[in-house]
Amino acid sequence: MASVPSKLYADDVSLLVALVDVNPFFWTTASFSFSQFLSHVFAFLNSLLLLNQLNQVVVIATGYSSCDYIYDSSAATSQSVVDARMPALYSNLLQNLGEFLARDEKLGKEESRGKIASSLLSGSLSKALCYIQRLFRSGPHHPQPRILCLHGSPDGPEQYVAVMNAIFSAQRSMVPIDSCFVGAHNSAFLQQASYITGGVYVKPQHLDGLFQYLVTVFATDLHSRSFLQLPRPAGVDFRASCFCHKMTIDMGYICSVCLSIFCKHRKKCSTCGSVFGQAQSDDSTTSDRKRKAAET
Amino acid sequence: MNNGGKRRLRENGDRGDDDDDDMEEDGLEAWERTYADERSWEALQEDESGFLRPIDNKAVHHAQYRRRLQSLSATARIQKGLIRFLFVVVDLSKAAAEMDYRPSRMVMIAKQVEAFIREFFDQNPLSQIGLVTIKDGVAHSLTELGGSPESHIKALMGKLECSGDGSLQNALELVQGYLDQIPSYGHREVLILYSALSTCDPGDIMQTIQKCKKSKIRCSVIGLSAEMYICKHLCQETGGSYSIALDEAHLKDLILEHAPPPPAIAEFAVANLIKMGFPQRAAEGSISICSCHKEAKIGEGYICPRCKARVCELPTECRVCGLTLVSSPHLARSYHHLFPIAPFDEVPPSRQFEPHHRLQKTCFGCQQSLRNPSNKFSLYVECPKCKQPFCLDCDIYIHESLHNCPGCESFRPS
Repeated sequence: MASVPSKLYADDVSLLVALVDVNPFFWTTASFSFSQFLSHVFAFLNSLLLLNQLNQVVVIATGYSSCDYIYDSSAATSQSVVDARMPALYSNLLQNLGEFLARDEKLGKEESRGKIASSLLSGSLSKALCYIQRLFRSGPHHPQPRILCLHGSPDGPEQYVAVMNAIFSAQRSMVPIDSCFVGAHNSAFLQQASYITGGVYVKPQHLDGLFQYLVTVFATDLHSRSFLQLPRPAGVDFRASCFCHKMTIDMGYICSVCLSIFCKHRKKCSTCGSVFGQAQSDDSTTSDRKRKAAET
Repeated sequence: MNNGGKRRLRENGDRGDDDDDDMEEDGLEAWERTYADERSWEALQEDESGFLRPIDNKAVHHAQYRRRLQSLSATARIQKGLIRFLFVVVDLSKAAAEMDYRPSRMVMIAKQVEAFIREFFDQNPLSQIGLVTIKDGVAHSLTELGGSPESHIKALMGKLECSGDGSLQNALELVQGYLDQIPSYGHREVLILYSALSTCDPGDIMQTIQKCKKSKIRCSVIGLSAEMYICKHLCQETGGSYSIALDEAHLKDLILEHAPPPPAIAEFAVANLIKMGFPQRAAEGSISICSCHKEAKIGEGYICPRCKARVCELPTECRVCGLTLVSSPHLARSYHHLFPIAPFDEVPPSRQFEPHHRLQKTCFGCQQSLRNPSNKFSLYVECPKCKQPFCLDCDIYIHESLHNCPGCESFRPS
């Protein structure tokens, strides 16, 4: 386990790893256009770099079939391209993003009918955490890292275990995961991520003002957050869904061997194949212990 | 200059003996003290041509980690006991006051047990720990089996005094009495941290060991002095592990080895369906009396789905109806034990001239360059499934903390 190093840098320097969702299947059906979204996000990243000379920004694109680094403000090559029309940040980022989208499309597969396909959130979260670990290794003087997910695609249930692993690893390293969700319905994964790691989850109501939401909620460094009134999580749903019907349940049965969740009592676990025995004595043993505790 | 310094120190010595002790360590001057702890000349070794070079810590560290991973990967597909009921037995006999571990064995054991408790609940959120101490030849139960780390740590740090002899049999009898009452699906374990070199038992310890074996309790011992036959016998009979700590860092490693779930022996725990509840958070601003503290609290709690009593934290057992209450992240914490990732393959510099490897320049996870500063290839690893390259540090982080391969997660399976 990586122990968290003492934060010897100045309090207000931050490293932001932005995970930008570029899933084409989501953006073609969104009410907000992708180019408008990008202009809000770029303006936000630029203002973050302006807030403090030592701030760093890393952008990872979350695509449909792949994820990759798009921009790193601390890399030497990012300052080289100078264009008369746009600042160096924009042109470099746009160029890399264009190349990434072309590669992603080549790897593309058939879309699942009926629903919007999910993008690879677990992949970009894992890469972001590896980058942050590299930052921790660079010595006692480093900015405070955090992750911002600019996401809109729905959750892919096949990524549940991987996303939860990433969330727990972020919690141990004390890296908050913030989310700004621009899709239609709330994302349970991102809500849980922000709740467990101590980040902020925001689903903006008016996407025309996205830049305003980004700058007022996510631009401040971690130390200053204790002085601000940030949006509080409302109703994070921690209920589990059963493995047999995928319904959310309040009470269920857990296999003691593989921890699979079932909504109804059954004789055999469908995941690990263990046969259940002595199921009735389970409840009586618990109530015996309860009575014992009450007596003492 | 130095003499002036010493005189000044002696004058200030009246302020408190602590200051004096800190300033002068066995009469060492200030410049000598910087070398007292770090002997930088020991971190050198000779290379082939007889020149001195510093020991490459990173490669050694990685090699140690690889060895550990190889031994663990053999157990990757073996069923693990995920719901554990573990008793930690701390020996507070006279031998625990020895100063060979700084400041004393007892204090260091307490510190390591605290770190262990936190790590244990992090890796096994559905399990419970209880603490037992041995003092004056009698075993006392310090805390009962419970799932909240803070209460155990507070109780442990509260009373740290040692006296008398140690008694293994009394500890085992006490623990066995408690562990007989737990449900049958739980795995029963005992971890004994033994500093004494003897044990004063009222009866026949062999019979107690047989009783433990029949109750399917897995006993492990970590010794701090020397190897004892009775501890070795106990561990062999019950299927636990016996190890002796060489120094503080080794002790920490040995204790933390018991945090991840051990391989489960199928007959030891019956597979059962456990009824559990997934409570919702209470609404903001709702006022109710919480069942754990028996006082009125506002908002911020969880409501038991069966009896609607309010509890303060999860995971816990509802005090009113006895239902185990967990949230789905608690179950998800254990899923990485069920779906482990394969160890990565090493790619030594000799193999890096192959066409596939020549193009790999940066680590897939952290974008660090995989080449040496002199632009020569250095050792890196690659995932056997997705063939992406990773640097050695990412390898350790991925396998020890993250449990996801970024390469496999970043490509959609066909």
